[in-house]
Amino acid sequence: MSDQSKQGISNDPAQIAALVRVLIALLVTGLGVVLAYVILSLPSVAVGLSQVVNVHLQQSGVTNPVTAVLLNFRGYDTLLEMVVLLLALMGVWALGGAAHFHDDAPGPVLNTLARLLVPVLIMVAAYLLWVGAHAPGGAFQAGSVLGAAGVLLLLAGWRPPIALMALPLRFVLVIGPAAFVAIALGTLVSKGQLLAYPVNNAGLLILVLEAAATVSIGVTLAALFVGGQPQDEQHK
Amino acid sequence: MHETLSQIPWALVLILLPLVTGMLAFLWPRLAIPLGLMTAAMQILAVIGLGWQIHSTNDAAYHHAVGGWGAPLGIVLYADGLSLLMLTVTALVGLGVSIYSVEYFQREQALRFWPIWLFLLAALNALFLTADIFNLYVTLELLGLAAVTLTALAGSKAALDGAMRYLLATLLGSLCYLLGVALLYHSYGTVDISTLAERVEATPAVWAALGLMGAGLILKTALFPLHFWLPPAHASAPAPVSAILSALVIKAAFYILLRLWLTIFSPLNESAATLLGLLGGAAVLWGSLQALRQTRLKLLIAYSTVAQIGYLFLAFPLAAAAALSTWNAVAYLALSHALAKAALFLAAGNLLCFGGHDRIADFDRVVRRLPITAAALALAGVSIIGLPPSGGFIGKWLLLETALGQGRWDLVIVMLLGGLLAAAYVFKVLGHSFTEADVMHEAGAVPKIMEWSALLLAIAAVVLGFLAVPVLDWFGLGEVVGIRAVSS
Amino acid sequence: MSLAFTYALIGVGLFTMGLYALIVHAHLLRKILALNIMGSGVFMILVALAKRSGDVPDPVPHAMVITGIVVAVSATALALTLMLKLNATSGRATLVDDRQD
Repeated sequence: MSDQSKQGISNDPAQIAALVRVLIALLVTGLGVVLAYVILSLPSVAVGLSQVVNVHLQQSGVTNPVTAVLLNFRGYDTLLEMVVLLLALMGVWALGGAAHFHDDAPGPVLNTLARLLVPVLIMVAAYLLWVGAHAPGGAFQAGSVLGAAGVLLLLAGWRPPIALMALPLRFVLVIGPAAFVAIALGTLVSKGQLLAYPVNNAGLLILVLEAAATVSIGVTLAALFVGGQPQDEQHK
Repeated sequence: MHETLSQIPWALVLILLPLVTGMLAFLWPRLAIPLGLMTAAMQILAVIGLGWQIHSTNDAAYHHAVGGWGAPLGIVLYADGLSLLMLTVTALVGLGVSIYSVEYFQREQALRFWPIWLFLLAALNALFLTADIFNLYVTLELLGLAAVTLTALAGSKAALDGAMRYLLATLLGSLCYLLGVALLYHSYGTVDISTLAERVEATPAVWAALGLMGAGLILKTALFPLHFWLPPAHASAPAPVSAILSALVIKAAFYILLRLWLTIFSPLNESAATLLGLLGGAAVLWGSLQALRQTRLKLLIAYSTVAQIGYLFLAFPLAAAAALSTWNAVAYLALSHALAKAALFLAAGNLLCFGGHDRIADFDRVVRRLPITAAALALAGVSIIGLPPSGGFIGKWLLLETALGQGRWDLVIVMLLGGLLAAAYVFKVLGHSFTEADVMHEAGAVPKIMEWSALLLAIAAVVLGFLAVPVLDWFGLGEVVGIRAVSS
Repeated sequence: MSLAFTYALIGVGLFTMGLYALIVHAHLLRKILALNIMGSGVFMILVALAKRSGDVPDPVPHAMVITGIVVAVSATALALTLMLKLNATSGRATLVDDRQD
C-alpha cells in the first residue's frame, strides 16, 4: 500500500502490514462463523430433487441419476459448460506464446511408464464412458483420464504429427460442444423443444453425446497443458 | 410469411446462432469477419422478433422448458420486458462494436477476437434468457472468461496486469455467487427462479445468500467500493473491448442482481435497499470526482462508468413506493448509458489511432481534423451528462422526479451533483479537442467505418430522448413489476 | 451433528481460509491456488448437504459440482496462462500495486 503516513501509528510498513493481516483474518473468521451458523440452521433432512429425479429416471435413457441430470434433465448446463472449456482453450491460444513441447529425450522411467500406462488410461477412459450410463462415470471422468494420458505422452516427448495440428485438431476440439449444439438444433427443428430427446433413443443419444464430449475434453485438457497454439497457425 | 416468422423461436436463435458462428469462426478463421457481422445483424432481427412474440402472449413473457422437463427438474428459458431490454442493448451495442471491429483489429488480433466475441455474445444472450440460478452461474463464467481474454488481447504488460486483476475479481465474484446458489438450493430444493420466489422466506440462509450473491454481483458490476478492477482493465484494453466491458458485461451482473431482487429476494427488499442506495450515491460522487482528475481519456471514461453505475443503484431505495417509474428510469439509464458509453470508448479508440495517445491535454484540434469523432464525443457526452434531448436526460429526469415525489432530498442532491461533475469532465474533454496541442503530432489515418460506428451509437443515445413513450411501452416493464408483486 | 454437516462446515472452513489467502498473499500463483481452494470449499458444501436426503444422495448437486469443476479447471487454465504471460513480459508474478487515483 502506498499511503504510509498514518497519524498516531508507527510508520513501520511491516507493522502496518501485520495489523492489516490481523484485521483481515478477524473479518474473514467472522464471515466463517456466520456461514457456519447459517449452514447449521438448515434442516437436517431434506429431500431436494432426488425424488423428482427418481420419478423421471426411466424416461431419461440411463439408470445413473447423476448422468441423467447432467446429460438429460439439465443438459443445457452441460452444453454451456463444454463451450466454457473450449473458450478457455481459445483464450489460452489467444494469449499467444509458443507451444511447449519437450525437446529432451525422456529418461527410462518416464519412457516405460508412458508406454505402459497410456494404453491402460485409454482403456479406463473408454470403460468410464461406457459405465456412466448405470454407475458413477461418464463423459467428464473419461475425458479427464484421456487428458491425463495426453499429458503423460507430451511429458514423455511425444510430438503430434504436424499435419494434424491445424484444422483436424480444431475439429476434434470443437466436436464435443458441436455435437451438443447439433442435437439441440435437431430436436428444436423436429420437436420444437430444445434438447428434448425421443424417449426410445435417449440412451443412444446420450452415449453419442458423451463420446463426442469425452474426446473433446481429453484433447482440450492436453492442449491446455501444452499452453500455446501449435506453430502451424502463426502464419495467417 | 408472417406466420412462419412468428413461429421461429427467436430466443433460441439468439443463443444458438452466436454459438454456431463462434465455433465456425474458430474452425475457419477466414470466415470469421463475415460470420461475425452476420450474427450481429441477425441479433437485431431476432430481438425484434422476440419482442413481437412477447407482446402477443397473455402474460407478456416467453417460456421455453429445455428438454421438455420444466422446473424444478429442468431448466426454463424465460423472457419478459426486462430480458427484452437487456437483449436490445446487447444487439444494438453489439452491432456497433462489430462494425467498428472490422477495421480496428488487424490480422492476428482479428482472428483471435472474433470467435471469442461471438461466444461472449452467446453468453450474454443466454444469461438474459435463463430463469435458473445455476445456469446463470455457468453463463456468468462464460461471460467473464471471454471478457478477460478480450481485455488481455493487446498483450502489453499493462493489459495483462489489468486482465489478471479482472480475472481474479470476476472469479471471486462467481464463487461468492455460487455459494449463495448452494445455500438457496439446500434450503428450498430448487434452483428455478419462479419456484424459489414462491418458496422463499426471510431465513438466515436466505439473508446469507443475499449477502453473498449481492457481494459477488456488486463486485462484477463494479459498484463502489468494489470497482478497483475496472479502471486498470479499461486502461489498456482495445477500444471495442472497453466498449463491450462498460456497456454490456457490467450490465449483465446488474441485470442478475435486479432479477433476483425482484423475485427471490423480494421479502428482504426493504432492509437491503438502503445499503444499495448508499453505495450507489457514493459511486456517483466518487466516480465523477475521479473522472475529473484523470489525464487519460480512457481512464476518464472508465471512472465515468463507475459513476453511471451508481445511478442505477440509486433506484433501489426508491422502488418500494413507486415501482414502475423507478424501473422505467433504470431501463432508460441502462439503455442510454450503454449506447453513449460505447460511443465514447469507440471515439477514444479513434483518437488513439489518430494521435497514438489518449492524453486529454495533448489533443490536437480534434474537432477540425476528426469532425465525425468529435461529434460522437459531443453527442455521447450530452447523454452522459443528462442534458436534453437525450436518452440520458429521460432516465435521469424520471429518477429525479421519483426521488422528488418521495421527498428523498439526499438522492436528489447526489444526482444533481453528479450531473454537474459529469458536465465538468465532459466539457474538459471537449474543450481540449478544440484547442491546439503544444506539440504537433503526426496523424494516423482513421478508417471511416470506425468514425461512423461511434457516431451512430452516439446518435442512437440521443434519439432515444425523443422516443421515451414508445420505447418504454415496447419493453412493458409494468408487466415485469406487476407479475413479480403478485406471485411472490 | 451428522456427517453431512461436518463436511459442510469443513467446506466453510476451506472457503474462508481460501478467501484470506486470496486477499493477503501477493504472489499470483498463491492467489490462483486460493481461488481453487475456495471453489473446493463451495463444492464440498454442495455435495455434503446433498447427503441429507438419506441413503441415496441427491443427484442434482453432484451434477452441479461436476459442471463447477469443469468451469473451475477452465478458469484456472486461463489464469495460469495469464500469469505465465505476465511473468514473461514483466519478470514478476505479482500485481502492480500502483493506483492512479
